[in-house]
Amino acid sequence: MQGTAQLILERARELMQSGQIQRVLGWEKGEFEHDPTPAFFESEEELQNFCYNDYCGANLSKYLIAASKLEGKTLVCIKPCDSYSLNQLITEHRVNREKVFVLAVPCPGMLDPVKTEGKDLSQGERKDYLLDKCLCCKGAEHKIADETIEGPSLDLAPEDRFAQVRELEALSPQERFDFWRGELSRCIRCNACRNVCPACSCVKCVFDNPNSGVSSKASADDFEENMFHIIRAFHVAGRCTDCGECSRVCPQRIPLHLLNRKFIADIDELYGEYQAGEEAEQRSPLVNYQTTDKEPSDALKGRG
Amino acid sequence: MQRIGVFVCWCGSNIAGPVDVERVAEAMKSVPGVVHSTTYQYMCSEVGQSRIMEAIKEHQLTGVVVCSCSPRMHENTFRKTAQRAGLNPYMVEIANIREQCSWIHKDKEVGTQKAIVLAKAAVAKVMLNTPLQAGTSPVIKRALVIGGGIAGIQTALDIADAGYEVDIVEKSPTIGGRMAQLDKTFPTLDCSACILTPKMVDAAQNEKIDIISYAQVEKVSGFVGNFTVTIRKKARFVDELKCTGCGACMEKCPSKKGKNEFNMGLNNRTAIYIPFAQAIPNVAVIDPEQCLKLKTGKCGLCERVCSAGAINYKQEDEVFERQYGAIVAATGFKPIDLDAFDEYGYSQSKDVVTSLEFERIMNAAGPTGGQLVRPSDGKHPHEIVFIQCVGSRDTSGCGKPYCSKICCMYTAKHAMLVRDKYPDVNVHVFYIDVRTPGKNFDEFYRRAVEQYGVDYIKGMVGKVFPEGDKLIVQGSDLINGKQLALQADMVVLAAAIEPDPSARKLATMLTASMDTNDFFTEAHPKLRPVESPTAGVFLSGVCQGPKDIPETVAQAGAAASKVIGLLAKDHLVTNPCVAQSNELLCNGCSQCERVCPYGAISYVEKEIRGPGVREVRRVAQVNPAVCQGCGACTVTCPSGAMDLQGFSNLQIMAEVDAICK
Repeated sequence: MQGTAQLILERARELMQSGQIQRVLGWEKGEFEHDPTPAFFESEEELQNFCYNDYCGANLSKYLIAASKLEGKTLVCIKPCDSYSLNQLITEHRVNREKVFVLAVPCPGMLDPVKTEGKDLSQGERKDYLLDKCLCCKGAEHKIADETIEGPSLDLAPEDRFAQVRELEALSPQERFDFWRGELSRCIRCNACRNVCPACSCVKCVFDNPNSGVSSKASADDFEENMFHIIRAFHVAGRCTDCGECSRVCPQRIPLHLLNRKFIADIDELYGEYQAGEEAEQRSPLVNYQTTDKEPSDALKGRG
Repeated sequence: MQRIGVFVCWCGSNIAGPVDVERVAEAMKSVPGVVHSTTYQYMCSEVGQSRIMEAIKEHQLTGVVVCSCSPRMHENTFRKTAQRAGLNPYMVEIANIREQCSWIHKDKEVGTQKAIVLAKAAVAKVMLNTPLQAGTSPVIKRALVIGGGIAGIQTALDIADAGYEVDIVEKSPTIGGRMAQLDKTFPTLDCSACILTPKMVDAAQNEKIDIISYAQVEKVSGFVGNFTVTIRKKARFVDELKCTGCGACMEKCPSKKGKNEFNMGLNNRTAIYIPFAQAIPNVAVIDPEQCLKLKTGKCGLCERVCSAGAINYKQEDEVFERQYGAIVAATGFKPIDLDAFDEYGYSQSKDVVTSLEFERIMNAAGPTGGQLVRPSDGKHPHEIVFIQCVGSRDTSGCGKPYCSKICCMYTAKHAMLVRDKYPDVNVHVFYIDVRTPGKNFDEFYRRAVEQYGVDYIKGMVGKVFPEGDKLIVQGSDLINGKQLALQADMVVLAAAIEPDPSARKLATMLTASMDTNDFFTEAHPKLRPVESPTAGVFLSGVCQGPKDIPETVAQAGAAASKVIGLLAKDHLVTNPCVAQSNELLCNGCSQCERVCPYGAISYVEKEIRGPGVREVRRVAQVNPAVCQGCGACTVTCPSGAMDLQGFSNLQIMAEVDAICK
């Protein structure tokens, strides 16, 4: 990782010196190794605090919405899984491609500070300490890049990301309801999931809009507690790239990504396999009518 | 402060039977905002409407809720009523307490409760209604007729006769359709071609009519009065303007293995062909599947013999756009495939034919020159069995649940023609019922039985199978209570008819609805039978439901009169219930643009000024003349920036809340 970070820094410095980029979007060293934070670096001096280590799981693509409005180009460090989110944001005209220099960085799989806390990492396998989202790694290929930094990638057969979805589908409606009540009742409405989600990029979120009829800063009752996450899942359906950030940042460890994966599984089943963010300017099946589309009655068949 | 009036209609006993209308009116009096609530027997009558108008004035109503039938039926009526009393017509809401309540509930208590809830939802909605103003849009004075059979031809002739331009798009190389394939027509037995071909010529010669043959509609956008249609004219490999239809190419063409579509595949045709002698346009076409030159590059005989120099092997499909004010679907029908009816031996013996094939066999211009002979060996048949309802009135799932309507009469016609021309041939007809409701129809059928001695047997056939050079027909004779095994030389199957397969794709392009059998749906089954529910789209002929030639011609004329009525207008009043984008909320994400079936949404870079905001953003804009108010964008928009006037998110949520409270 040390080597990769060095390569990124060197290239970033060069581009900054030549004036091709105005700033760098990367991760800033924290107090500890396990808490780097996404940050903009406006000068070579600021770049001294840049880091790229095992805990740089954060997806930087959403910060480019703000960067698109700034003067000049922003160099962004994009891991393979982040590249899907960036493509999706470009598709939705939320990020201006011309304002971005995409530096594709290799990813060996990122560690989960909760899993590594108090552990001796030399004991056990790296797999045991990986972020959950890395266990279903989409692969080492970047779907968008202006330039690529070579380096080690994750050597791990990805798990079936729909296994848990199928387990939940197999439950009776009551059991499934109880499962989600149990999970969602822990929600403290900190909005971290919404704020981190690259698909949640509305200029004004319905939950902040008093005229939307669903606005609320905090859950007033358990109904709202459930509905917040379900409404959010509907709003990102067909656009969610399954980057897993929602579950990663949840302080209550609610498996929010399962809601999104259920939508993805349904879309795959009804309209054929679809990966949001595979490429820019692709059309989500949910906003792309074709005469061969399933009828609504087909979609309801065999569903509880 | 809103002042709402509620008007509960009895609809005679339609509503007042299963719903206690007085209780509904009484209950509404206590709903906040309601200042007047009353009932009347027929709210849509003149007296009912004047009661509403008087109440609007007397109680200074700001909104009106009419609890009555479906808004599809009388929403417009009551909007006009409100307008006459000085209220904005869009301050009227309908609570449908008939179709969605009284007609489906038998228990009066349940019905009444539900009517109250529906009325409350309508009040909750009308409280949030805002006055809307309808705009206007211009009408393009040109019509498109899709399908060039008798339905399409008649519609086009009638529209052209009124002085409007009309295009016929026909998918095959000639117009004429199914009627051109028929021999004689019931019940007068006049020759089909003799009455059809003059109409085809009229259409070709009419300077207001443009026949676009061998072409398909690829895309339709726009709306009533202003459709844009993409048409693909397939490559004929023959220059339509140069070809004289002399037929020299057909004589020389060495490739003779193409199935003759016009003769239902009963004989072959050359690779370059003119479908039939009276084809319009009378222009040859090359079948690229059969042409040696196009397939192998070797041949080119037709090019050499063509004195007009019309052959062009390099011709390509031509795709172009045209604008129309109105569109008529006249896509017609085809007989069903008989794969699912193998018990009748259609695939096992050439001597089992469909009625349309029989029609070609009997036709003087057909594959046998009009001689009745068996397709298998060319011998003269002595026993012919006709089987009716093959795939019609079939609830087993193999066929069609409906009656194909024309089969009883054409079978009687066939039987009669055979007996008339060949008195030595015995004719048997198996039937479930003989249906002859039409002018001179029953007389015609009786003549077949009484004068021509056709043997009508009530009962169905279980099996047809070849034995030697004969066909054995096993069936039941229900009247005599016997099982029969007839020896036949030929069997004719009255196969059910179904809408042409191209209709479904077209329906999607036109956003016109279809029933479960793929027949186009009318806007109203009784009162608007030639209009589709999509404004500006009209229906002509069998694409709307099975019908015979006179009915088709009558409907074609009716569709034409509706088109003429539309094209005669210079402007149409547009629906103000269209989408609107709140630019302060818009992300510019393009989801609404992609989901809009009418192409009504575009994007602009615009400086947005709001509380704490001043920046240039990409935002959606709706063209209100193009938007049809379907609401697809409003549910797609993640931020709720898109809203439908008259059906805003808040209004709908208010209705839901009123129902759930």
